[in-house]
Amino acid sequence: MSIGCIYALVALGFVLIYKATEVVNFAQGELLMLGAFFAYTFITLFGWNYWIGAAAAIGCMFFVGNLVDRVVLRPVLGQPQFAIVMVTIGFGYVARSVAGMIPGWGTETYAIETPFSSEGMQLIPESMGTLVVAQTDLSVIVATILLCIVLYLFFTYTKLGLAMQASSQNQLASYYMGIPVKSVFSMIWGISAAVAAAAGILLAPTTLIDANMGFIGLKAFPAAVLGGFGSIPGAVVGGIIIGIIETLAGFYLPPGVKNVAAYVVLLVVLVVRPQGLFGEKTGKRV
Amino acid sequence: MRFLFKTSYEQDIRIAKHSGYYWSYGALLLIILCAPYFLDEYYIGQMTQLYILAIAGVGLMLLSGYTGLISLGHAAFFGIGAYTEAVLTGNGIPLPFMDEPIVFSFFISFPMAGVLAAVAGVVIGIPALRLTGIYLAIATFAFAIIVEEILSRWESVTNGYTGLLVDSIYFESIDFDLTEGVSFYFLCLGVLIAVILFSLNLLRSATGRSMMAVRDSEISAQSMGVNLAQTKTLAFAISAGITGLAGALFAHKLGFLSPESFTVLQSLELLVLVVVGGLGSIHGAIFGAMFVLALPQGLAIMKDYLPHYISEQPGFEPLIFGLILIFFVMFEPLGIYGRWLKVKLYFQMFPLYKKATFKRQKSYMKSERLK
Amino acid sequence: MSLFTAENLAINFGGVKAVDGVNFDIKEGECFTIIGPNGAGKTTIFNLISRIYDASEGRMTFNGQDITEVPPHDIAGLGIARTFQNIELFEHASVLQNLLVGRHCHTKRSIWSEGLFLPSVRKAELAHREKVEEIIDFLDLQHYRESLIMNLPYGVRKVVELGRALCTEPKLILLDEPSSGLNVEETQDMSFWIDDIKKDLGITVLMVEHDMGLVSEVSDRVLVLNYGRMLAYGSPQEVQNDPEVIKAYLGGDDE
Repeated sequence: MSIGCIYALVALGFVLIYKATEVVNFAQGELLMLGAFFAYTFITLFGWNYWIGAAAAIGCMFFVGNLVDRVVLRPVLGQPQFAIVMVTIGFGYVARSVAGMIPGWGTETYAIETPFSSEGMQLIPESMGTLVVAQTDLSVIVATILLCIVLYLFFTYTKLGLAMQASSQNQLASYYMGIPVKSVFSMIWGISAAVAAAAGILLAPTTLIDANMGFIGLKAFPAAVLGGFGSIPGAVVGGIIIGIIETLAGFYLPPGVKNVAAYVVLLVVLVVRPQGLFGEKTGKRV
Repeated sequence: MRFLFKTSYEQDIRIAKHSGYYWSYGALLLIILCAPYFLDEYYIGQMTQLYILAIAGVGLMLLSGYTGLISLGHAAFFGIGAYTEAVLTGNGIPLPFMDEPIVFSFFISFPMAGVLAAVAGVVIGIPALRLTGIYLAIATFAFAIIVEEILSRWESVTNGYTGLLVDSIYFESIDFDLTEGVSFYFLCLGVLIAVILFSLNLLRSATGRSMMAVRDSEISAQSMGVNLAQTKTLAFAISAGITGLAGALFAHKLGFLSPESFTVLQSLELLVLVVVGGLGSIHGAIFGAMFVLALPQGLAIMKDYLPHYISEQPGFEPLIFGLILIFFVMFEPLGIYGRWLKVKLYFQMFPLYKKATFKRQKSYMKSERLK
Repeated sequence: MSLFTAENLAINFGGVKAVDGVNFDIKEGECFTIIGPNGAGKTTIFNLISRIYDASEGRMTFNGQDITEVPPHDIAGLGIARTFQNIELFEHASVLQNLLVGRHCHTKRSIWSEGLFLPSVRKAELAHREKVEEIIDFLDLQHYRESLIMNLPYGVRKVVELGRALCTEPKLILLDEPSSGLNVEETQDMSFWIDDIKKDLGITVLMVEHDMGLVSEVSDRVLVLNYGRMLAYGSPQEVQNDPEVIKAYLGGDDE
């Protein structure tokens, strides 16, 4: 379940970027990895407090995301979607390699100390039964819920949220309306990277930090597709469902299926209901 | 600068548009044919690898460059072709009424590899009919991951991660090993030329045009009589089949197969091959193959000249790989072939070449969701 | 003799009836125009005829055959061609290639004979080229043969769009706002071409238009649509003098 939340968070960041800029960011996992590394640097290497370090890492990634958009994405903005996808793939490669090269990071695996232990916690009183959840898992779930609420409020009630929607549907018109489209896009990237960082930090206790941890980001695709590509609550729901399906597959089905279960689900969804659970069907008017 | 005077429609449909083509490609062909006789064994092997990659590249180019269907999982077809070839020529297939499994000769297993890969192409092609753009890319991606998992788990056939030895093609009667050195070089070259000619022929006739029509405007293609489902499925089948053939050759080149050679990274490599080479041209596939092959070599050479600190880093190669990809998309979307065309034009029009000939209009993004 | 009839045609888009109870027939050899305010459902009818949309109610008959359920890619083969309001040409191909795709419905395809470029394929290709050249001559597109569509100005694209539809050798051609975006001279050319199509090539024309001058010049009969429903039906003079039509679309005196 908690891994589902991680998927949900990654998918969330992913869908954010897609909804706003129609760019499919294949490097979302790498952003997660960088966020985790930043946290590692602050918490373990610099010795800061967990909460401060985590916040700082998330903040840093906001700037990194912003920067990535400015440097890498802006020059290719008018090009067909395919080209933009290739750019994000390229960036993923670069990020992975760079992470391996930075002194203190390299290709080793690391861990960060968290104030959450892996002990189980009884969620409900003994009389009602046992529902044991590890503290680390619980922290993930709670954090995810909080983040979702914050983001939902942001997009529904702020001008920035509306601006983002406009820019995603018709750039030129948005420019005419006075929306600083490029800055809006960079902000989205920043937010998305920050969300990815949060996911990375939450993931760290479970899978440890290393330069290849970004590959988990690939699972964001089934989650986003299942939930519906343009839908933020969909991404979250999708991620959680995928997490649950995977765990169940691990228990009941032969080994190896667990790895591909998510992708089988993805294919099934694409065939049966391409717009996912919450997405919208769109078509062209001729 | 050459002026082309056209006197008949016949001229327009020829592959070689004017006599200059015969000279330049003829010379190229001559050099390639003689190469094994004055090159080192190592370089012959490299050229062979180049041909194999180029064949796979042409396959992907037909699908993505000409029909506009992005495939992020082409390594799956590559792998299916490779394993089919290995299994059919190696352990063979046990049939219920035979005592021993049947082992097939190369001349049957090779086309079978293509056919099986083509069937796999249809398998992913049919659900893909209703998907567009990015959804299609993701679906092919998922497909490739599933295929990779199947290849590694189906141990009775593929030997999983332990690996599968590939027999060489040895003709006892004339003491001739087809998969060895120079003979293999010519085999791969032959297949490459055949595949290129086949593709060029397709592209200058109705099927090729219908593929390009599907890429540019599905709705009007339909109104012109193009059966979308048929064309897309056909594109997948042909593309997968060609890549499967490349995979079969690859199996013999490696000699030893393991699912690790057919992962997402290989799919991405193929995609980079096609993009960097130049999307939408057969030349692009060749240039792309050269790039993908030459890059590690070039980097290895460069390492000697770079300061120790940078060159010793393990992530160096993927870093350059990623940077070049980004660079090409940003500055040279026509790929290496595009750059080649520009350079050629420069020399042809010297000194009248204008830099703005290829200037791209600044374009704004319109939502593809409403397409 | 009716070449095409639409009986009780209707289509719903999630509660909105874009076309409702439309009945008309087109006689062979005539030029039939549909006019009406924007959003009246004119292009929707075109999309229904080319089977890009499925009708919710009603029937369409072409040349004696019921085409209400025919798949969209078979329409060209039956003899119906169309142009698109917003120009749906193949951007990255040349004019010649675009026109050749128009010949697609008359080509037999088999990948093996094409891959080997057998003599039969060669002959077919040359025959198609001949036919396409006739259209190029008809529309004066010689200058633009090898140009890529994305480099061409709007007016030329509209002509290529028309040419591509003509290459399918249709019996009925659907022209969606052929003069939109064209200047006076180009509109004149277009009206001459439509006349030629009707008289010389013997093709029946179904048109959607806003330019009333063009409509009165070339049309034999007119149908007026408003909010998906039929408002008036008859000759151009009758329709132009119909008070309902004037109120809804053409504009009368202000009181």
